[in-house]
Amino acid sequence: MKRLFKTYLEKPELAGLILLVLLVVLFQVRSHGVFLNQDNLRGILGILPEAGLVAIGVTILMISGEFDLSVGSVFALMPMTMAVLMVHGWPFPLALLAGLLVSAAIGFINGYITIRFAIPSFITTLGMLFMARSLTVVVSGGFPPLLPADLPTWLFTSFVGPGNMFRMSFLWFVAVAVLTSLMLSRTNFGNWIKATGGFLPAAAAMGIPTARVKIVCFMLCSVLSGFAGMLQVLRLGSPLPSIGEGMELQAVASAVIGGASLAGGIGTVMGGVVGTTLIRVIDNGLVLSHVDANWFKFAIGFLTIFAVVANAWMRKRAKAIKMEG
Amino acid sequence: MSDAIISVRDLHKWYSGVHALKGVTLDFKRGEALGLVGDNGAGKSTLINILSGVHRADQGEIKVEGRDVSIATPRDSMDLGIETIYQYNSMVPTMSIARNLFIGREPTRFSILGVGILDQKKMAEESVRAIANVDLHLRSPDALVGELSGGQRQGVAIARAMHFKSKVMILDEPTNHLSVKETNKVIGFVRGLKEQGVTGVFISHNMHHVFDCCDRIVAMARGEIVLDKRIGDTSIDEVHSVL
Repeated sequence: MKRLFKTYLEKPELAGLILLVLLVVLFQVRSHGVFLNQDNLRGILGILPEAGLVAIGVTILMISGEFDLSVGSVFALMPMTMAVLMVHGWPFPLALLAGLLVSAAIGFINGYITIRFAIPSFITTLGMLFMARSLTVVVSGGFPPLLPADLPTWLFTSFVGPGNMFRMSFLWFVAVAVLTSLMLSRTNFGNWIKATGGFLPAAAAMGIPTARVKIVCFMLCSVLSGFAGMLQVLRLGSPLPSIGEGMELQAVASAVIGGASLAGGIGTVMGGVVGTTLIRVIDNGLVLSHVDANWFKFAIGFLTIFAVVANAWMRKRAKAIKMEG
Repeated sequence: MSDAIISVRDLHKWYSGVHALKGVTLDFKRGEALGLVGDNGAGKSTLINILSGVHRADQGEIKVEGRDVSIATPRDSMDLGIETIYQYNSMVPTMSIARNLFIGREPTRFSILGVGILDQKKMAEESVRAIANVDLHLRSPDALVGELSGGQRQGVAIARAMHFKSKVMILDEPTNHLSVKETNKVIGFVRGLKEQGVTGVFISHNMHHVFDCCDRIVAMARGEIVLDKRIGDTSIDEVHSVL
């Protein structure tokens, strides 16, 4: 029991993971075995990467002690930029590069303004939420441009694997999750991210370039969001300017449900993945259990508050145990 | 002069119109434990912040081991062998002791542009040794710093400075918020620095602590040095009278 505090800080996603298993069992029973059948899993895994990639970016940024509300808008702006460029004859790889650069630039602006003027990232990125969304509509000229027919969907959204179980996007998602997870836990840069968010004055005093660390996290978050937006557009086949609305808050919910702390320093990529999966499972499971789908947002809201309260309780409890010991 | 490890000459610092440091000239002698005392706003923190790279002096020169140096960042200071331990303590509570020991100076197995894979084996081994070297008894280097007491945390900070072979260790109010027992432990660490050939700069409000572990005392008031004597040549009363 004495190690509870340590366990909590090292594996903050544990509570979410347990809840996920319980919910899967519950939905499996309630849906009379439909929930875990191949078609349904295929459906869940097909859209999970989009929200999941955004959640990974938001989680890492939260660990570094900052916050991004503009991810939903970047999610729409990046593929829109690509679509418009392709209409003007740009080949896909160049358009992709340009889209990613636009995303990275937005992340840089978010980070630079937040740090240079020492304002809360909540405000900077709230502003960016509106600006990037507006830009999306402006560049589209009001009409979603037509995508060329020869897009490399085989690389991003085609079904692959045994029984065509996964989309390619799922493999991208797993690769990004593994890489970012290793970055956080196994590289010195990951150490700097955790130190920067854990206790900024100490990180700065030990010579960590905290401003640069945060700006890189902002940029990573934006790039992942833009990339995720492109995956959705390739899946849907049309760059709608309204995609990703409300995504910013769901991504924060994912991170928090997965155990990340709004105060920074605590959290894991795995937690963000677990949080996103929980949200997708609830969304799907409610429908299969014949519950009115309008309860979905209620469930997410409840879960978010519950997760934070439970985490705070666990932290307090763990500290109390330590003192008794 | 050859025995001065750091010497500062005519150091000035203004903070938005306030003249916080008014031409301070001071030699930190090799291997000595120097106590720096003064009231709030006397300029001791300003002087320390300049030496540790948190702020830059507006005027004046700094020499380390006889060479003119420019200290622009905390990293510059650390690279010159100056390690600063702050009152709020420079540890991240949500991270393990081993991780904290190497923050910003992590050993890597290979790296590209300064970013690389952590050598966790080396970190674990070296942190065990570093902690044992300062006679600190901790369960495991994987324990979180948040679980440690204030005194233990300062101990880890000192272990870190020793491990990176710092030549000068600046301790900025390291005994604040500590219990008597823990304070004694930190004072013990400061006494131990001499044996290791490390120059200590001990900043404190508490005159007794300074007299307990230092060889020389420097008192500051209103941005200037008002007293600079060997501990044996002065008394707590005399220091109080000049402040």
